Amino acid sequence: MGQMVRYEDDFEADMLEDTGAYYSRKASSWIEDDSCPDYMLKSEECLKKERDRVSHYLHSSSETKLLEKVQHELLVMYANRLLEKEHSGCRALLRDDKLEDLSRMYRLYCKIPRGLDPVANIFKQHITAEGTALVEQAEDAASNQASNAPGVQEQDLISKIIKLHNKYIVYVTRCFQNHTLFHKKVPHELLVMYANRLLEKEHSGCRALLRDDKLEDLSSKYWLYCKIPQGLDPVANIFKQHITAEGTALVEQAEDAASNQASNAPGVQEQVLIRKIIELHDKYMEYVTRCFQNHTLFHKALKEAFEVFCNKTVSGSSSAELLATFCDNILKKGGSEKLSDEAIEETLEKVVKLFAYISDKDLFAEFYRKKLARRLLFDRSANDDHERSILTKLKEQCGGQFTSKMEGMVTDLTLARENQASFEDYLRNNPAAHPGIDLTVTVLTTGFWPSYKSFDLNLPAEMVKCVEVFKGFYETETKHRKLTWIYSLGTCHINGKFEEKTIELIVSTYQAAVLLLFNASDRLSYSEIMAQLNLTHDDLVRLLHSLACAKYKILSKEPNTKTISQSDYFEFNSKFTDKLRRIKIPLPPVDERKKVVEDVDKDRRYAIDAAIVRIMKSRKVLGHQQLVSECVEQLSRMFKPDIKAIKKRMEDLITRDYLERDKDNPNLFRYLA
Amino acid sequence: MPRTSKRKSAPPNSSSVTSPEGRSVSIKAKTKGMEKIDRLFNSYANNSLGMIDPDGIEALCSDLGVDYTDVRILMLAWKLKAERQGYFTQDEWRTGLKALGVDSLSKLKKALPELENEVGKSSNYEDFYSYAFRYCLTEEKQKSVDIESICELLNLVLGAQFHPQVDLLIEYLKVQSDYKVINLDQWMNFLRFCKEQISFPDLENYDASQAWPLILDNFVEWMREKHS
Repeated sequence: MGQMVRYEDDFEADMLEDTGAYYSRKASSWIEDDSCPDYMLKSEECLKKERDRVSHYLHSSSETKLLEKVQHELLVMYANRLLEKEHSGCRALLRDDKLEDLSRMYRLYCKIPRGLDPVANIFKQHITAEGTALVEQAEDAASNQASNAPGVQEQDLISKIIKLHNKYIVYVTRCFQNHTLFHKKVPHELLVMYANRLLEKEHSGCRALLRDDKLEDLSSKYWLYCKIPQGLDPVANIFKQHITAEGTALVEQAEDAASNQASNAPGVQEQVLIRKIIELHDKYMEYVTRCFQNHTLFHKALKEAFEVFCNKTVSGSSSAELLATFCDNILKKGGSEKLSDEAIEETLEKVVKLFAYISDKDLFAEFYRKKLARRLLFDRSANDDHERSILTKLKEQCGGQFTSKMEGMVTDLTLARENQASFEDYLRNNPAAHPGIDLTVTVLTTGFWPSYKSFDLNLPAEMVKCVEVFKGFYETETKHRKLTWIYSLGTCHINGKFEEKTIELIVSTYQAAVLLLFNASDRLSYSEIMAQLNLTHDDLVRLLHSLACAKYKILSKEPNTKTISQSDYFEFNSKFTDKLRRIKIPLPPVDERKKVVEDVDKDRRYAIDAAIVRIMKSRKVLGHQQLVSECVEQLSRMFKPDIKAIKKRMEDLITRDYLERDKDNPNLFRYLA
Repeated sequence: MPRTSKRKSAPPNSSSVTSPEGRSVSIKAKTKGMEKIDRLFNSYANNSLGMIDPDGIEALCSDLGVDYTDVRILMLAWKLKAERQGYFTQDEWRTGLKALGVDSLSKLKKALPELENEVGKSSNYEDFYSYAFRYCLTEEKQKSVDIESICELLNLVLGAQFHPQVDLLIEYLKVQSDYKVINLDQWMNFLRFCKEQISFPDLENYDASQAWPLILDNFVEWMREKHS
């Protein structure tokens, strides 16, 4: 068809220019004389007329250009003056609730690029001003008010704010066609800002109510703020901060108390702390249910607060260890907590709830397992049912894999008892095989129990026979199983024939081995004992100390100092006596903390490796940050991995050819099948 | 000797040349060229081994007027694609010298600066850099190099170009105790670190959340502590 060149160059250009000039003149006089609504009406008319003209006389291609020209002259050039007209401009329209006019304003300006920005700004300023005025009114009224009706002004204010909010939402839908620019400006943030001002009030604000345990008032606050969109966020925030502060204070108290404490009551402060944390949890859980209607926001606030201070260390012990020790105290015989069965059950429930907040869950498991082992093996468990009960609860929280080993341990004990019965039958039927000593053996399944170092202790002859006999019996029961003897866990009852009277001594197997040496020799040096028993220095010092320098001096030491040195000599102390006929000679346990932490670190390295390989195997190619964050997520159920540790494992996997770095993008990793 | 038999079985051939006269000439030329190269080889080679050994290389260096530890020897090894540190096989020698286009000692000496330029080209440099590391893997299945050697290598290879970074990095490597050996990935990242224009010495634009090896994260921490 023909081209538009003639039309555009010879006619349209001039027409546009003339139109522009025409409207420019009109606008300059209208803007002086007319009010904003009138001006807008006229503008609307003009635009309509021009549209008609185009459809009647002109080529359709002119429409956009023409309208743009008109808009420019009428609306863009004078936008500021128009909107800011004192008695009829945008602000006035808002003030006088002129919805029709505001709708027109929107219609006119929405077609202009960025035309709505000034309108939206004025809208926001207007609402802010109105809202601020309400707040100030309320503050004045409150300060004049008698102090026995403090909440009234606030309630009043909140309802006024909500009314304000609703009024302007109507504007947004009716006048401003729900345009996002206006939705943002309708101050959700402003409402929350007011809410914050009220909540932060020093004597009646949220913090004060929490501090003074005013549950009823908190409840009414909840009902008030839940009507404001996102109004509960600041309330939940204050709740969380309050709990975090209280919890952290408890931890610090315990830390101080522990450092001031006499060293003969270690661990007491820590146990008290756990108790207090449990109480704190109960208290604020009640708040969540009673005041805050079990709203998820508040459950979340509680959880986050506890996660902060429940992972702090107190005098060198991690919270995981403290919690495990607390459980130990409840579950063992003669533990510091003397409670009824019901109370114990309840406490265990609460402990498991606290456990959910601890990030190093694997550390807790390891400490718990070690203490469980001691309870089970030294017959210190108070109640089998409680043992199983807490394991069930932990299983519910963390899944079967977490508790499978511990459950295995408890079961092992039951099986061991049955096994012992069979052993005793065997001995009855084979009297010749009897070792001459009453022997009880507990067979443990290696995988379930913590690892114990087994030493090549040179057993006394009597015990060697016992071991042989049992081995003989065991082989009749099961083939293909290897028995490893852990003497460090054994107990011995020995009769000490002292001058005054015979006393039964309950000692560990190691201690018994030392004592039995004195059946053959009267006097032995440290080195002789060491050579005969084949122990390490550390162990031997501990043993000899317990026998010669502690409460009960079964051996006398030369020189009679308080510590063991390698040049000492020992003799059986025949002069020893005690009013009891049977005494227990305790052997203080080795500090297991270091080993536990080491073991857990080792397991964590394997876990991180496995997680990385698993992720890379399925994704094939993955960026560094994503790999790290997925790794953290996968492992979060058990512990919070250190980013450095993850990096180190990745490097190790690169060396072992599981992964490689992409040649072109060093931040990308590839799985090597 | 295995080497000579190989030689016999793979004679220099120029089957691509068409004209019979040309063919004989080029065979002759090639044989002659190869002869010179071989003669040069033999003058340094350890006859019982059939290859140039460390002593031979030392002699070569002295004849070239270059220090035994000079980086140019490493470059030469790279050009030869020498597989074993301290040794040049006859094949490697031949391929390398042919690629350099030299067949005599004097020509080789002249070719060294050109070789430096060639290595300096960014497309080759990374290859050379990675070669330098692998050249140090003397045991079979060895994947990492000890810190001492790495420090020397860093100095040799990067010292001239990235002097401040290399000095500090070497200082750090010697005082830290997390790593006793360095693997190829870490080695390559040292180069990347230097090239990536991390502002020195404040190291402000270093982002530890990126996939830098941990040893560099630790280095940056150490640097920041030093300067605070």
